[in-house]
Amino acid sequence: MNDIVRMLLQRLSLGVLTLFVVSLIIFLGVSLLPGDAAQALLGQSATEDTVNALRKEMGLDKPPHIRYLHWLGGILQGDFGVSIGNKREISELIGGRFANTLFLALYAAFIAVPLALVLGILAALYRNTWYDRTVNVTTLSSISTPEFFVAYILILFFSVKWGWFPSLANVTLDTPFLERVYKTFLPAVTLTLVVVAHMMRMTRAAIINLLASPYIEMAALKGMTRRRIITHHALPNAWAPIINVIVLNLAYLIVGVVVVEVVFVYPGLGQLLVDSVQRRDLPVVQACCLIFAATFILLNLIADILSILTNPRLLHPK
Amino acid sequence: MSTDSKELLLEITNLQIEGFSDEQWHQIVKGVDLTLHRGEVLGLIGESGAGKSTIGIAAMGYAKPGCRIHGGSIRFDGMELTTASDEEKRKLRGSRIAYVAQSAAASFNPAHTLIDQFSETVVEHGINSREKAYEDAKELYRKIRMPNPDDIGFRYPHQVSGGQLQRAMTAMALSCRPDLIIFDEPTTALDVTTQIEVLMTIRDIVEQFNTAAIYITHDLAVVAQMADHIKVLRYGETVEDADTRTMLSDPEEDYTKSLWAVRSFRKEVEAPAPEPTPILRVESVTASYTRSLNPVLIDVDFEIHRGHTTAVVGESGSGKSTTARVITGLLPPQKGAVFFDGAPLPPDYRKRSKDQLRQVQMIYQMADTAVNPRHKIRDIVGRPLSFYLDMQGEEKEKRLRDLMEMIEMDPDLFLDRFPSELSGGQKQRICIAKALAAEPAFIICDEVTSALDQLVAEGILRLLDRLQQELNLAYMFITHDLATVKAIADEVIVMLEGKVVEQGSKTDIFAPPHHEYTELLLSSVPEMDPDWMDRVIEEREQKGGMIAAGN
Repeated sequence: MNDIVRMLLQRLSLGVLTLFVVSLIIFLGVSLLPGDAAQALLGQSATEDTVNALRKEMGLDKPPHIRYLHWLGGILQGDFGVSIGNKREISELIGGRFANTLFLALYAAFIAVPLALVLGILAALYRNTWYDRTVNVTTLSSISTPEFFVAYILILFFSVKWGWFPSLANVTLDTPFLERVYKTFLPAVTLTLVVVAHMMRMTRAAIINLLASPYIEMAALKGMTRRRIITHHALPNAWAPIINVIVLNLAYLIVGVVVVEVVFVYPGLGQLLVDSVQRRDLPVVQACCLIFAATFILLNLIADILSILTNPRLLHPK
Repeated sequence: MSTDSKELLLEITNLQIEGFSDEQWHQIVKGVDLTLHRGEVLGLIGESGAGKSTIGIAAMGYAKPGCRIHGGSIRFDGMELTTASDEEKRKLRGSRIAYVAQSAAASFNPAHTLIDQFSETVVEHGINSREKAYEDAKELYRKIRMPNPDDIGFRYPHQVSGGQLQRAMTAMALSCRPDLIIFDEPTTALDVTTQIEVLMTIRDIVEQFNTAAIYITHDLAVVAQMADHIKVLRYGETVEDADTRTMLSDPEEDYTKSLWAVRSFRKEVEAPAPEPTPILRVESVTASYTRSLNPVLIDVDFEIHRGHTTAVVGESGSGKSTTARVITGLLPPQKGAVFFDGAPLPPDYRKRSKDQLRQVQMIYQMADTAVNPRHKIRDIVGRPLSFYLDMQGEEKEKRLRDLMEMIEMDPDLFLDRFPSELSGGQKQRICIAKALAAEPAFIICDEVTSALDQLVAEGILRLLDRLQQELNLAYMFITHDLATVKAIADEVIVMLEGKVVEQGSKTDIFAPPHHEYTELLLSSVPEMDPDWMDRVIEEREQKGGMIAAGN
């Protein structure tokens, strides 16, 4: 087990290092933008003097590396700074929004992952039949359609024509769970349609890849049924690539929902990011970017670790 | 092995199998007949591409992907398999006809334990419960003398050795007590010392359970121990068919005779008297791959002389190839040094001069992976010419043609071909030419004939022998095949667990008294005599204690 612990620590420290580099890039990127928070806050009519005074007050006159360290130090203590727009603590602002984004991502994943696995396994089992082709064509078309378009189509039918689901997913903190599920159904389905093709095709490919292995032929020569060969002999060895693609898609569900959140007016982190960019609320933009980056890195780390852990050679050392 | 009970079990008539390649169907098996009675063992032998495995697997009504059974009839215990439904055939496989694959390491599913893969067949065919199957597995593991029979089944395939895996696979084939087992080269990938254990296991099982078997191999000495009948195949057709003793003592067809004659090659010319300075000296070398691990080589010490062939033998993991890595400078040793023609070689190849590098060349087991598939033969062989000897233009072209003549390949025909257009033996010849191009004094041959059919391998050995006499080359010949050693070696070095346990001239090594391990190694090499294995078993039992089970 020592090897596994060492590997976990190694990956973890690599993840932290990556996050550090990303924070540096975000900070530099934002500093490169013309204008700063003081200007944005005071608007175009402000005089040079007032802007300078505010800069001094906000600490913006200090050299960039000091500001960066200050920002990073704050984050490490859970302090993301203050929003320019409404003077509220950013951590407070983000908290509820991030929970909403996570909820939507998990909701979509809850539908998409089992669906993709089942469709993928079945496609491998009945490959090159009409079923396989239909699933491939359908999922490919859904992935090739822009997500806002998918969203509008769903709204057109499910809320405008048939009136089954609301077109606005305007939940608040105290919306009860079931109502929340009901209201966010359309965005969740939109996301599902976007990610399922990728996961399903990877599941299918990973399994089919293994079908040429000698141990699969051995299973056939032991008189195992096709179903058992796929689920019992191929699937356990196909987990690594499948887990990778699932987790990458989960990351996409969290960081890539911007468009969907905007279309459905869902109060998630993506919407906040878009609003903040419009308002030039740079501290909030920075914070959102960092959270997205951290999520992405964390999920990739999990994918890495899980796919290594599914390797029996590591789980059961000699 | 008794053939008294003459109940017909398997009857194949006029079997035709086609394979799909280059956009069309080619005939692989062209009308082969075969009959097998209960409790009988049939040996199928032939070179690669003869259709042995295809026929063996067809006895289960199965054709590999890209192949199809095209004509003829396969009757197993009264049931016609060519017309049977997939479901009927599936029920037969594993339960009444079982298969033992060449590479157990690849054919066991890495995700499940041995005993689960054993009991799977029993449970899925509805023969018995999982618990009963577990008990039976332990019982069988005990019968075939697996170490820790009660626990070993709960290990994963990568946790046990190759020989144990192969035995576990034989046990797995027995899980439903089938009427017929197909053994597809079950010992080809094993060392001789492990091979004999697996062979004994297989024979025990066939006798105890009166199971019929088809034993597929290209090793005549092995088939002589195992089979009641032998069928020789070539290009998908039967060449000859007879009971084992007749076939061995009195083969009729020329092709069969040529197969039998393979092992008759012997180096004829005596090696020259050793010069005072050996061309290569390995002086008390100790080496390991990582600092923390135990050394892979311990105090290895030997010398090789100009014009001599020194064979290094030992089972896998004994340090043969690691020694080669130390000599070539790929693995700098922790202690000791390598001397070339009296002068020390820098331990790391990066510190060696071009001339030092040129003098030591290597030929590998897998010619396929040793040549760049996207280079033409001209570039493969020409590269050392321009790299080491700065040859260009006409001079290089002339040398290229000379080299091709040396390896007996027509330069006009082959120089502009790609490796994929050559056969295995031809590719190995190209590798020899590539080594020769550098004009070395010393060549390391790492299992160069192991992947080749016997007739082709013999051609390579003859070529190497001729080149040695013409160019006064020194060879270090790494092999686990003692027949090859007998054929070409002048000196022999026996390695075990990273140490040299015995070394000396071939005649000394092959004549008693032997070191204990050399004795085991020598006595484990199958001979063409059908009674050889019985004799060995008897001798070893008399000495008390069976051979130690491989761990």
